[in-house]
Amino acid sequence: MAVTVSVPTILRTHTGGEKSVDASGSTVAEVIEDLDSRHSGIKGRLVKDGSLHRFINVYVNDEDVRFAGGLEAAVHDGDNVTILPAVAGGCAGS
Amino acid sequence: MIRRDLVDAMVRHARRDHPDEACGVVAGPVGSDRPERLIAMVNAERSPTFYRFDATEQLRVWRGMDAADEEPVVIYHSHTATEAYPSRTDISYASQPDAHYVLVSTRDPDSHELRSYRIIDGEVTEEPVEVVESYMFSHTGADDVPDAP
Repeated sequence: MAVTVSVPTILRTHTGGEKSVDASGSTVAEVIEDLDSRHSGIKGRLVKDGSLHRFINVYVNDEDVRFAGGLEAAVHDGDNVTILPAVAGGCAGS
Repeated sequence: MIRRDLVDAMVRHARRDHPDEACGVVAGPVGSDRPERLIAMVNAERSPTFYRFDATEQLRVWRGMDAADEEPVVIYHSHTATEAYPSRTDISYASQPDAHYVLVSTRDPDSHELRSYRIIDGEVTEEPVEVVESYMFSHTGADDVPDAP
Protein backbone atom coordinates (compact mmCIF):
# COMPACT_ATOMS: atom_id res chain seq x y z
CA MET A 1 0.00 0.00 0.00
CA ALA A 2 1.54 3.29 -1.07
CA VAL A 3 0.66 6.26 1.10
CA THR A 4 1.71 9.86 1.46
CA VAL A 5 2.93 11.02 4.86
CA SER A 6 2.71 14.67 5.94
CA VAL A 7 5.64 15.46 8.18
CA PRO A 8 5.52 18.30 10.76
CA THR A 9 8.26 20.94 10.87
CA ILE A 10 9.87 19.49 13.97
CA LEU A 11 10.47 16.09 12.29
CA ARG A 12 11.69 17.39 8.95
CA THR A 13 15.29 17.08 10.11
CA HIS A 14 14.72 13.36 9.47
CA THR A 15 13.33 13.88 5.95
CA GLY A 16 15.88 16.32 4.60
CA GLY A 17 13.37 19.15 4.98
CA GLU A 18 10.60 17.45 3.00
CA LYS A 19 7.09 18.12 4.31
CA SER A 20 5.55 15.21 2.45
CA VAL A 21 7.16 11.82 1.81
CA ASP A 22 6.05 8.48 0.36
CA ALA A 23 5.86 5.31 2.40
CA SER A 24 4.21 1.92 2.26
CA GLY A 25 2.51 -0.48 4.64
CA SER A 26 -0.90 -1.86 5.48
CA THR A 27 -0.98 -0.55 9.06
CA VAL A 28 0.29 2.61 10.73
CA ALA A 29 3.03 0.52 12.39
CA GLU A 30 4.23 -0.78 9.00
CA VAL A 31 4.19 2.71 7.53
CA ILE A 32 6.33 3.95 10.43
CA GLU A 33 8.77 1.03 10.00
CA ASP A 34 9.04 1.82 6.31
CA LEU A 35 9.55 5.52 7.03
CA ASP A 36 12.28 4.70 9.53
CA SER A 37 14.12 2.55 6.98
CA ARG A 38 14.46 5.60 4.75
CA HIS A 39 14.44 8.41 7.32
CA SER A 40 16.48 7.02 10.15
CA GLY A 41 15.43 7.97 13.66
CA ILE A 42 11.87 9.01 12.89
CA LYS A 43 10.35 5.96 14.56
CA GLY A 44 11.94 6.87 17.86
CA ARG A 45 10.14 10.23 17.73
CA LEU A 46 6.75 8.60 17.16
CA VAL A 47 6.70 5.33 19.06
CA LYS A 48 7.49 4.68 22.68
CA ASP A 49 7.32 1.27 24.38
CA GLY A 50 5.43 -0.26 21.49
CA SER A 51 2.69 2.34 21.22
CA LEU A 52 2.26 5.78 19.76
CA HIS A 53 3.91 8.49 21.77
CA ARG A 54 1.26 10.17 23.87
CA PHE A 55 1.96 13.61 22.49
CA ILE A 56 2.10 12.70 18.85
CA ASN A 57 -1.13 12.74 16.86
CA VAL A 58 -1.33 10.48 13.80
CA TYR A 59 -4.25 10.67 11.42
CA VAL A 60 -5.19 8.43 8.49
CA ASN A 61 -6.96 10.82 6.16
CA ASP A 62 -9.15 12.70 8.67
CA GLU A 63 -9.28 10.10 11.40
CA ASP A 64 -7.24 10.20 14.61
CA VAL A 65 -5.77 6.69 14.77
CA ARG A 66 -6.22 6.63 18.53
CA PHE A 67 -9.85 5.83 17.81
CA ALA A 68 -9.04 3.36 15.03
CA GLY A 69 -6.65 0.87 16.63
CA GLY A 70 -3.57 3.01 17.19
CA LEU A 71 -0.48 1.53 15.53
CA GLU A 72 -2.62 -1.30 14.18
CA ALA A 73 -4.97 1.10 12.35
CA ALA A 74 -5.34 0.05 8.71
CA VAL A 75 -4.08 2.16 5.85
CA HIS A 76 -5.06 1.78 2.22
CA ASP A 77 -3.51 2.61 -1.10
CA GLY A 78 -3.56 6.35 -1.66
CA ASP A 79 -4.29 7.27 1.96
CA ASN A 80 -2.75 10.33 3.50
CA VAL A 81 -1.08 9.83 6.87
CA THR A 82 -0.62 13.07 8.81
CA ILE A 83 1.69 13.41 11.79
CA LEU A 84 1.14 16.39 14.10
CA PRO A 85 2.77 16.98 17.46
CA ALA A 86 0.02 17.56 20.02
CA VAL A 87 -0.12 21.09 21.35
CA ALA A 88 -0.22 20.70 25.10
CA GLY A 89 1.12 22.02 28.37
CA GLY A 90 -0.17 23.63 31.49
CA CYS A 91 0.77 25.02 34.84
CA ALA A 92 1.21 21.62 36.50
CA GLY A 93 4.91 21.26 37.11
CA SER A 94 5.57 24.97 37.36
CA MET B 1 4.50 42.83 17.70
CA ILE B 2 0.81 42.04 17.96
CA ARG B 3 -2.44 43.89 17.38
CA ARG B 4 -4.38 45.05 20.42
CA ASP B 5 -7.62 43.39 19.30
CA LEU B 6 -5.82 40.01 19.23
CA VAL B 7 -4.41 40.56 22.72
CA ASP B 8 -7.87 41.55 23.97
CA ALA B 9 -9.38 38.43 22.36
CA MET B 10 -6.80 36.15 24.03
CA VAL B 11 -7.46 37.74 27.42
CA ARG B 12 -11.26 37.51 26.94
CA HIS B 13 -10.91 33.82 26.02
CA ALA B 14 -8.74 33.17 29.08
CA ARG B 15 -11.25 34.93 31.35
CA ARG B 16 -14.18 33.07 29.80
CA ASP B 17 -12.65 29.65 30.43
CA HIS B 18 -11.26 30.49 33.88
CA PRO B 19 -10.66 28.53 36.13
CA ASP B 20 -9.85 26.03 33.35
CA GLU B 21 -6.88 26.77 31.13
CA ALA B 22 -7.76 28.30 27.76
CA CYS B 23 -5.71 27.71 24.62
CA GLY B 24 -5.58 28.70 20.98
CA VAL B 25 -3.48 29.88 18.07
CA VAL B 26 -3.04 33.05 16.07
CA ALA B 27 -2.28 32.25 12.47
CA GLY B 28 -0.36 34.47 10.09
CA PRO B 29 1.08 34.28 6.59
CA VAL B 30 3.97 31.80 6.30
CA GLY B 31 7.27 33.52 6.98
CA SER B 32 5.67 36.85 7.96
CA ASP B 33 5.96 36.45 11.75
CA ARG B 34 2.75 38.53 11.82
CA PRO B 35 -0.17 37.15 13.88
CA GLU B 36 -3.47 37.93 12.16
CA ARG B 37 -6.21 35.34 12.62
CA LEU B 38 -7.11 34.16 16.12
CA ILE B 39 -8.56 30.70 16.53
CA ALA B 40 -9.79 29.85 20.04
CA MET B 41 -9.31 26.12 20.52
CA VAL B 42 -11.10 23.66 22.76
CA ASN B 43 -9.02 22.53 25.73
CA ALA B 44 -9.66 18.80 25.41
CA GLU B 45 -8.51 18.34 29.01
CA ARG B 46 -10.94 20.96 30.43
CA SER B 47 -8.55 21.29 33.34
CA PRO B 48 -7.29 24.12 35.56
CA THR B 49 -3.76 22.71 35.40
CA PHE B 50 -3.37 21.26 31.90
CA TYR B 51 -4.31 21.97 28.32
CA ARG B 52 -4.24 20.00 25.13
CA PHE B 53 -5.67 20.92 21.76
CA ASP B 54 -8.45 18.57 20.70
CA ALA B 55 -6.73 16.35 18.11
CA THR B 56 -9.54 16.41 15.56
CA GLU B 57 -9.99 20.16 15.82
CA GLN B 58 -6.22 20.62 15.56
CA LEU B 59 -6.09 18.70 12.28
CA ARG B 60 -8.92 20.79 10.84
CA VAL B 61 -7.34 24.07 11.93
CA TRP B 62 -3.84 23.04 10.73
CA ARG B 63 -5.30 22.03 7.33
CA GLY B 64 -7.07 25.38 7.16
CA MET B 65 -3.79 27.18 7.80
CA ASP B 66 -2.01 25.08 5.16
CA ALA B 67 -4.69 25.87 2.60
CA ALA B 68 -4.39 29.60 3.35
CA ASP B 69 -0.55 29.58 3.33
CA GLU B 70 -0.58 30.35 7.03
CA GLU B 71 1.31 28.97 9.99
CA PRO B 72 0.80 29.16 13.75
CA VAL B 73 2.61 32.40 14.62
CA VAL B 74 1.34 32.46 18.21
CA ILE B 75 0.35 29.55 20.42
CA TYR B 76 -1.33 30.85 23.55
CA HIS B 77 -2.70 29.40 26.74
CA SER B 78 -3.61 30.60 30.18
CA HIS B 79 -2.35 29.84 33.64
CA THR B 80 -5.22 30.38 36.03
CA ALA B 81 -3.46 30.25 39.39
CA THR B 82 0.20 30.86 38.59
CA GLU B 83 2.33 33.43 36.80
CA ALA B 84 2.58 33.77 33.03
CA TYR B 85 5.81 31.82 32.78
CA PRO B 86 6.26 28.46 30.99
CA SER B 87 6.06 25.49 33.34
CA ARG B 88 8.21 22.38 33.01
CA THR B 89 5.20 20.79 31.30
CA ASP B 90 4.94 23.67 28.81
CA ILE B 91 8.62 23.38 27.99
CA SER B 92 8.65 19.62 27.56
CA TYR B 93 5.69 19.65 25.14
CA ALA B 94 6.69 22.73 23.13
CA SER B 95 6.97 21.42 19.59
CA GLN B 96 6.84 24.52 17.40
CA PRO B 97 10.26 26.16 17.32
CA ASP B 98 9.00 28.95 15.05
CA ALA B 99 6.06 29.94 17.25
CA HIS B 100 5.73 32.59 19.90
CA TYR B 101 4.38 30.96 23.03
CA VAL B 102 2.11 33.49 24.72
CA LEU B 103 0.99 32.95 28.30
CA VAL B 104 -1.87 34.82 29.93
CA SER B 105 -2.26 34.62 33.69
CA THR B 106 -5.76 35.12 35.04
CA ARG B 107 -4.93 34.48 38.70
CA ASP B 108 -5.73 38.12 39.52
CA PRO B 109 -9.40 38.82 38.70
CA ASP B 110 -8.75 42.53 38.13
CA SER B 111 -5.62 42.52 36.01
CA HIS B 112 -3.99 40.06 33.67
CA GLU B 113 -0.39 39.32 32.91
CA LEU B 114 0.55 38.52 29.27
CA ARG B 115 4.07 37.48 28.30
CA SER B 116 5.67 35.86 25.26
CA TYR B 117 8.45 33.30 24.88
CA ARG B 118 10.36 31.25 22.37
CA ILE B 119 10.81 27.65 23.45
CA ILE B 120 13.46 25.84 21.42
CA ASP B 121 14.99 22.51 22.44
CA GLY B 122 13.88 23.01 26.02
CA GLU B 123 15.35 26.49 26.26
CA VAL B 124 13.02 29.37 27.16
CA THR B 125 13.72 32.92 25.98
CA GLU B 126 11.33 35.68 26.96
CA GLU B 127 10.71 38.35 24.34
CA PRO B 128 9.16 41.79 24.64
CA VAL B 129 5.54 42.16 23.51
CA GLU B 130 4.77 45.30 21.54
CA VAL B 131 1.04 45.93 21.30
CA VAL B 132 0.00 48.04 18.30
CA GLU B 133 -3.36 49.28 17.05
CA SER B 134 -2.59 48.22 13.49
CA TYR B 135 0.32 46.69 11.57
CA MET B 136 -0.31 49.18 8.77
CA PHE B 137 1.65 51.98 10.35
CA SER B 138 4.32 49.79 11.87
CA HIS B 139 7.62 48.91 10.27
CA THR B 140 6.89 45.32 9.37
CA GLY B 141 7.99 45.33 5.76
CA ALA B 142 7.05 46.59 2.34
CA ASP B 143 4.09 44.28 1.82
CA ASP B 144 1.86 45.85 4.44
CA VAL B 145 -1.82 45.75 3.72
CA PRO B 146 -4.61 47.35 5.74
CA ASP B 147 -6.01 45.18 8.50
CA ALA B 148 -9.42 43.68 8.04
CA PRO B 149 -12.11 45.81 9.69
